[in-house]
Amino acid sequence: MAKELWKGNEAIAEAAIRAGCDAFFGYPITPQSEVPEYLSLHMPQHGRVFLQAESEVAAINMVYGAAASGKRVMTSSSSLGISLKQEGMSYLAATELPAVIINCMRGGPGLGTIQPAQGDYFQATRGGGSGDYRNIVLAPSNIQELADFVQEAFDLADLYRNPVVVLADGLIGQMMEPIEWKEFPKRDLPAKDWATEGRKGAEKHHVVSPIFYDPEECYEFNEKTLAKFNKIKANEVRFEEYKTEDAELIFTAYGTPARIILTAVDKMREEGYKVGLFRPITLWPFPEKELHELLGKDHVKAVLDVEMSAGGQMIEDVRLANEGQKPISYYGLGGGLIPTLEDICDAAKKALEEVK
Amino acid sequence: MKNILIAGFGGQGALSIGKNLAEAALAENLNVTWAPSYGPEMRGGTANCSVVISDKPVGSPVFKFSNELIAMNGPSLDKFAPFVVDGGMIFINSSVVKYTYEREGIKVYYVPCDDVASELGNLKVANMVMLGAYIAAAKTVKPETVDKMIEEIFTGKKAKLVPLNKEALKAGMALIKD
Repeated sequence: MAKELWKGNEAIAEAAIRAGCDAFFGYPITPQSEVPEYLSLHMPQHGRVFLQAESEVAAINMVYGAAASGKRVMTSSSSLGISLKQEGMSYLAATELPAVIINCMRGGPGLGTIQPAQGDYFQATRGGGSGDYRNIVLAPSNIQELADFVQEAFDLADLYRNPVVVLADGLIGQMMEPIEWKEFPKRDLPAKDWATEGRKGAEKHHVVSPIFYDPEECYEFNEKTLAKFNKIKANEVRFEEYKTEDAELIFTAYGTPARIILTAVDKMREEGYKVGLFRPITLWPFPEKELHELLGKDHVKAVLDVEMSAGGQMIEDVRLANEGQKPISYYGLGGGLIPTLEDICDAAKKALEEVK
Repeated sequence: MKNILIAGFGGQGALSIGKNLAEAALAENLNVTWAPSYGPEMRGGTANCSVVISDKPVGSPVFKFSNELIAMNGPSLDKFAPFVVDGGMIFINSSVVKYTYEREGIKVYYVPCDDVASELGNLKVANMVMLGAYIAAAKTVKPETVDKMIEEIFTGKKAKLVPLNKEALKAGMALIKD
């Protein structure tokens, strides 16, 4: 297939259609409004459901209902809109329903700004909803990955019966880049024998419910899903390393900052600095073991975490993985500003200076 | 690698100059990104986009310093000209901007793209005139690539716009003498 120029948000929408998304429920918000815009035209053309709900809360509950009926379903929003969906996401987790949730992050807190940011790492990986649950979180850093991960997300959701979040930011949503539409190998997915499709001759109808009247029953459920989360941790960790083999400084970053750092690594290496990038692709499950091993190596002297966040959020997972092995510093900005190549390189030089 | 910033008032076609340039770069198998400014300033204010073209994968789609600036209006020139690197180029829509910009090490081209477009009978092709002038001077992509692209952009009901846009591209290129 020849490469085509695609805008991030439109690639999300097209990827969902290609993945066989049966229904989309959403509510517009900058910087992801091209997702519902594209789907409002194309979903009906494919005989599928597009519905603009009256609110984000309504949209996620429509997702809940459609997912319960066994359909492939997606919603998308940005930061504060995703905050409103947290209760619904907890319900999806409580009923083990597969769904894909796109967050095209913008500056916060509150209404914040419409510009790109990464302030929702905690919300995505810790879960803003109540209870012991986890979302699988995929973090693309270019449009090709965005298109691939959205399609993957549907399969992962079905495979594990779990909500999957694709965590992008406003820049990835708004920018255009050449991509190639690939044929994905068909996964062997479990039958949805739990779907609420009516009795169809069976003795009992299927029930989907987020409430447990007996704590023993709720305890059993939590143990069962804990085993599932551990299985996801064992099977689905993804990350990428760039020029880390001999690096004295390891950058940790995801999404937009990670792609800027690819250039920073090349630029600094030309100047004689040994630097490399460790990029988590799954933010949950976080590549804890892999990062721990890398940071334990003798050539690694320092770590610089870079995020579009005030103070950083992923840095807490970097610290947990590091277990005190190497000094970690931070560079980043929240609120909708994008770190420049120059500022990232300066911060890295300073971090290296400190361990000399 | 080139950082190109294209800026103007909303409606002047700055974003589409960038998009056309990005499509042409892709057609020549180059790596490219296009990133728009999006914000309240788009409503009646300035609109700009950043285009990065490179033979290597593009890291940052946005940048502080540009190699080439296309300024469709005065505010864009005032705001972004100081961030053009030495050895860079600035293209000014001289139909709108009535003053000059001088800085050592920067090549400045004055492109009366609105006037040329009006002469061609449609002000809407001013951006295609500017794109013609830009590629003639900066040589970022080949003229024949853009010429072919015009046929691919304007299809169906819009196919009748092909000759006019091709003419605008040519007229823009003819404005560059060296």
